[in-house]
Amino acid sequence: MSEMIKVAMPKGRIYKKASALFREAGIDIPDDVDETRKLVIPLPEIGMEFILAKPVDVPTYVEYGVADIGIVGKDVLLEEDRDVYELLDLGIARCRMSVIALPDWQPGIHQRVATKYPNVASRYFREQGQQVEVIKLNGSIELAPLIGLADRIVDMVETGQTLRENGLVETESLFEITSRLVANRVSYRMKNAEIQALCDTLASVIGKE
Amino acid sequence: MSKPKGFEKPAGVRDYLPFAAARLREIERRVLDCMAGWGYRQIMTPTMEYYETVGMASSTSDQKLFKLLNNRGTTMVLRSDMTTPIARVVSSLLKEEPLPLRLSYHANVFRSMEEEAGKEAEFYQTGVELVGDPSAEADAEVVALAVASLQAAGVSSFKIALGHVGFLNGLLEEAVPGREEVQQELKDRLLRRDFVGYRELLVRLDLSADQREELAGVLKLRGGKEICRQAMELSDNELVQSSIEHLNAVWDALEDFDVARHVMIDLTMIGDFSYYTGMIFEGYASDIGFPVCAGGRYDKLLQQFGRPAPATGFSLKTNRILDGVDGLKLQQELPILMQYDVPNRRKAYIEAERLRSEGRSVRMRIVSVRSELWEAWPGLRSLNPQGPQDQLGPLGPSFGEVINLVSF
Repeated sequence: MSEMIKVAMPKGRIYKKASALFREAGIDIPDDVDETRKLVIPLPEIGMEFILAKPVDVPTYVEYGVADIGIVGKDVLLEEDRDVYELLDLGIARCRMSVIALPDWQPGIHQRVATKYPNVASRYFREQGQQVEVIKLNGSIELAPLIGLADRIVDMVETGQTLRENGLVETESLFEITSRLVANRVSYRMKNAEIQALCDTLASVIGKE
Repeated sequence: MSKPKGFEKPAGVRDYLPFAAARLREIERRVLDCMAGWGYRQIMTPTMEYYETVGMASSTSDQKLFKLLNNRGTTMVLRSDMTTPIARVVSSLLKEEPLPLRLSYHANVFRSMEEEAGKEAEFYQTGVELVGDPSAEADAEVVALAVASLQAAGVSSFKIALGHVGFLNGLLEEAVPGREEVQQELKDRLLRRDFVGYRELLVRLDLSADQREELAGVLKLRGGKEICRQAMELSDNELVQSSIEHLNAVWDALEDFDVARHVMIDLTMIGDFSYYTGMIFEGYASDIGFPVCAGGRYDKLLQQFGRPAPATGFSLKTNRILDGVDGLKLQQELPILMQYDVPNRRKAYIEAERLRSEGRSVRMRIVSVRSELWEAWPGLRSLNPQGPQDQLGPLGPSFGEVINLVSF
């Protein structure tokens, strides 16, 4: 009997795509998991235990080893900068990190950028040699340029629908984002066979959608 | 920053209350005894060193060093590891001493961590250095001693991952010869444990399909001795071959020492410390999310202090083991409570001294009336009658047996 793997799963958008990928790879996650409000879900039939976490916290659970592996977007990994193994690009939840502004935006004297990703944004503008003040917001980032809190924002763009509806445009693209399979440093060694097997199984179906 | 409250202490440092302190000391004692059993002698070095010497030679990045100024304005550091100070001692006070030298230590080391409270700025390491022996035999000895030390510390389920710095260096030099920045970039990605980024970079580099496959295959070189055979076939590069031969020899010795079953070979490990030059290893325990020991060969460090010599060693992260280990059964004998009144004081002290000379511990308490006598350790219940009965404070019971020497 192999050991149970604790998997930190992000709630919401990525969860649906990740569970679809797992099922495609032949890992039968019971349907009722998608509906449940439980936070810790033992799944002995597939040798796993799901921990349903807020996406941004997934790397933290994995770094501290309370979850052996996790699924998390590259955006969160870059923002959080946690010490975890990044094993596999799952190719799901594809989107990009972009700088967004009103169509008539002109660089002002004192530029302000609002974002959910202050580390990513600061690093990017520093590397561009631009002097900006980064303001951290927790949601509805698109509001910031509309009501004058900031003149630009840095945020994830999937379809661009929200931007169009609010009359905003992408001015620069920072990097592509997909979800990744990450592993704890210790678990990756202590449960290597199980984690490697899962990795190989998932790798065989990635990109087939 | 606002003025700290009286009870506050800086982030990343810890108090060890008697129960935790006793356990930490017990782990330390058992591990040092184990090391002494292998002929390693304990050494102590100062907490503070010069930035220009030990600070610069240590592989701790500059922003993680605690720096202070002495009264002459010279920059000092709090030691960030013990390997570098020991290299200094071996090259100075012990420079006439013939090699090989076997030294052990238990010490607190300091690294400033910007992140959160879970990352410690001061922590405890127990370890050894074997200086002056370049052989695979020496490397195998420190790995076997690391296994023995983990067992002595009460860690029951653990694994050691063993790698070699030279393997990847050789492989990269062959694949992308002379392009040091590319080699470094690939190594950085492995160091950051970013396998996805490593593969992406391989795709972007102008490599033959074979080379790409070969370098991507490195990520799977993890397992038993068969990994060495696979790795040998990857490349004719001299450094690759000599590194793997060395690992092979270490493995053979570990088999004879009967510890190979705790060890796996992992050639993706390149070591978090820049001073490693050869074999490297890391130890992991179930239920502890971070590595519990790390070590390796560092043949270039001592020459920075003027006595070139090969060296190898490891350290246990003793306080991490403390956090995770429950297997350690501590026989903590509770003090006897000796209650006395003034007329019996002399008698009580004589009796207490007699018990102490037998190795018992005795706590004294003066009383003046019968109602003041304690019968047994009341625990917290006396403070909180509604609380759980068996709940004790962080200190646990402070006495066991009671002796009364009173005339009322």
